[in-house]
Amino acid sequence: MNTESAMPFEYNQVHFEELKKQQRKKVFLKGLLFLLPSLLLFSIFIFYPMIRTVYLSFFLTNQAGITTVFVGMQNYIDIFTSPIFMKSLTSTFLFVLFTVPGTIIVSLFLAVIANEKIKGIGFFRMIFSSTMGVSVAAASVFWLFLFHPSIGFFNKILVTFGFDKIGWLTNPEWALASVSLSTIWMNIGFTFLIILGGLQSIDSHLYESANIDGAGFFYKLRRITIPMLSPTLFFVVTVSIINSFQTFGQIDMLTKGGPSNETNLIVYSIYREAFVNYQYGTASAQAVILFIIILIMTVIQFKLGERKVHYQ
Amino acid sequence: MKHVELMDISKSYDKQTNVLDEINLSINKGEFFVLVGPSGCGKSTLLRMVAGLEEITGGVLKLNDEVANHLPPKNRNLSMVFQNYALYPHLTVEQNILFGLDVKRVNKKEQKRRLMETAEMIGLSELLKRKPKELSGGQRQRVALARSVVSEAPLCLMDEPLSNLDAKLRAHMRVEIRRLQRKLGLTMIYVTHDQVEAMTMGDRIMVLNDGKVQQVGKPITLYNEPANTFVASFIGSPKMNMGKAELFVENRQIKVEDKLTFHLSPSDLIHIPADKKTMIGIRAEHIYPATEQDATNYLEVVGVEQLGNETIIVFEELGGHLWNAKWPGQWAINLGDKVPVNISVQNFCFFDAENGQLIQPAYQEQNQEQEVIAQ
Ligand SMILES: Nc1ncnc2c1ncn2[C@@H]1O[C@H](COP(=O)(O)OP(=O)(O)OP(=O)(O)O)[C@@H](O)[C@H]1O
Ligand SMILES: [Mg+2]
Repeated sequence: MNTESAMPFEYNQVHFEELKKQQRKKVFLKGLLFLLPSLLLFSIFIFYPMIRTVYLSFFLTNQAGITTVFVGMQNYIDIFTSPIFMKSLTSTFLFVLFTVPGTIIVSLFLAVIANEKIKGIGFFRMIFSSTMGVSVAAASVFWLFLFHPSIGFFNKILVTFGFDKIGWLTNPEWALASVSLSTIWMNIGFTFLIILGGLQSIDSHLYESANIDGAGFFYKLRRITIPMLSPTLFFVVTVSIINSFQTFGQIDMLTKGGPSNETNLIVYSIYREAFVNYQYGTASAQAVILFIIILIMTVIQFKLGERKVHYQ
Repeated sequence: MKHVELMDISKSYDKQTNVLDEINLSINKGEFFVLVGPSGCGKSTLLRMVAGLEEITGGVLKLNDEVANHLPPKNRNLSMVFQNYALYPHLTVEQNILFGLDVKRVNKKEQKRRLMETAEMIGLSELLKRKPKELSGGQRQRVALARSVVSEAPLCLMDEPLSNLDAKLRAHMRVEIRRLQRKLGLTMIYVTHDQVEAMTMGDRIMVLNDGKVQQVGKPITLYNEPANTFVASFIGSPKMNMGKAELFVENRQIKVEDKLTFHLSPSDLIHIPADKKTMIGIRAEHIYPATEQDATNYLEVVGVEQLGNETIIVFEELGGHLWNAKWPGQWAINLGDKVPVNISVQNFCFFDAENGQLIQPAYQEQNQEQEVIAQ
């Protein structure tokens, strides 16, 4: 009796397993099919250039970018012993250090005030996010005027208050700070918009409950807004860091890497190596280094973030 | 002493239609005040205005005899259970419960003590380290309740705090909330949909419909003397049976929906209102089972609900509504049967046929009450 009832049961079990396996296979194939277009595009525009870059970084090349001599790690050794590249690395890190916290803090502040329910707040939201609609080139021209040594707005103010003029973009002590300032301004629009979106998705009942308990503005900011915003902030920080490492346009427009390489950020340095000096090998090596830096930063962030970020 | 006083309070969200219309009400210190009404009638809105979360469009709100229209929520010294709980998703149950105490900088030892007491009472002791998303709906609701209880604020607003709990837990929480409220002398404004909750917990009940107060009074008054047909059908379960009635004085008869005819004794004639056309209501428990001899009417059965200790019998439609009777014990009745019932005119509540206002409550009940008192 027992065995009789056990037999069909076992049979069913095996049958189910097989069915499940088949289904899983089907799902996998279907998934692959959906992935195919993006895999194809990724391969052409991302994976192939990436592999090609790594390949190039082990060679010397001629002006057309054709590999001539295999040099192994020599390109890497060269750039790490080159004071110019090391300077470029420090400048880049400093630049990231200035721009990312700057952008986030200013945008967070603007988003918090723009999230109040006041008449005409839409106008301010538009203004605060408007820099998103300005191209880097246009914004750079605008900042060039602000920074202009004689007719620039900043220097005019300084003169009015009786200070000496500053060569914002020509003085090695100021150049990086000036470029950082303009970059912060350019990045605010996007960051502000994302953070505002994050703020608006926080349930207003949480604040109501806190109001009844008598929580003040900063208490609510610390215990509700920031933790509830953490996924958004995490995203914004990640994107901002990557963006900052890859800054190019405003450098090209404002300083061209000068004065005395103070603002020669890594992407600009790569550009110059490749398309001014025609050293595709060392340029590729630098690009690989940049890739590794960004990779490490992102991995660290995710590792740290996982613990701190609260996802709904 | 009055704790909360509403004078001509109105609320409009769109500046055109009033969600609440000239509410007048005063709630005493230490009173358990229950607010009932159908969905969308403005209960939450009223509560939120008392809490200071919603602007008051018109009228005066007084707390502790002082005008409070302009007071921010934190200066009103109250606690609130939100209808949607409003738990902080990133904080643990413990942190959620202690949020308010932390804001008020209550010292850690006191926090711990109150936390343990409250968690014990509400049955959350095991769940203190969890996040809200790891809780069931009912558990979340209890956290919301605990958050309000732990604050021990003198005025407590609860918006359907037990709606998601199972019957047993609900009964338990009812008792606990009531006990705590008495112990601490809290003033409570309590919104509920649950008949039993309203009847058993409230010192007084207010019935709200469409933003207008229908009746305010003791639970038993609302049950026995509903101010209008709305209250009559809203309070009590199953709801009061209603029908249009026509009085024929010359025949000593009253006819309900042209179907049920009742003969009137001389004493009935004295007691019932003289209006020709009225609306009558009779409670389900006043439609008694009868034998052939004492049957006043025969009604066709269309449904039987066995509740174990009592049976609800659903009768054919009268005036567009099914009538219900509630009989003690278990009754085996077949659908479609015509059963004899005994209905007494003495148990009729009379309402105005036009505006539905109460003309006269059931007079037998008054007699019975007096008898009880006399004994
Ligand atoms: N913020 C708002 N804006 C506009 N109308 C609102 C708003 N909040 C509520 N209302 C409207 O006001 C009326 C009363 O709402 P309220 O939330 O007070 O109902 P309720 O009695 O609590 O209902 P329920 O029992 O379903 O919770 C409803 O008709 C609703 O549509
Ligand atoms: Mg409500």
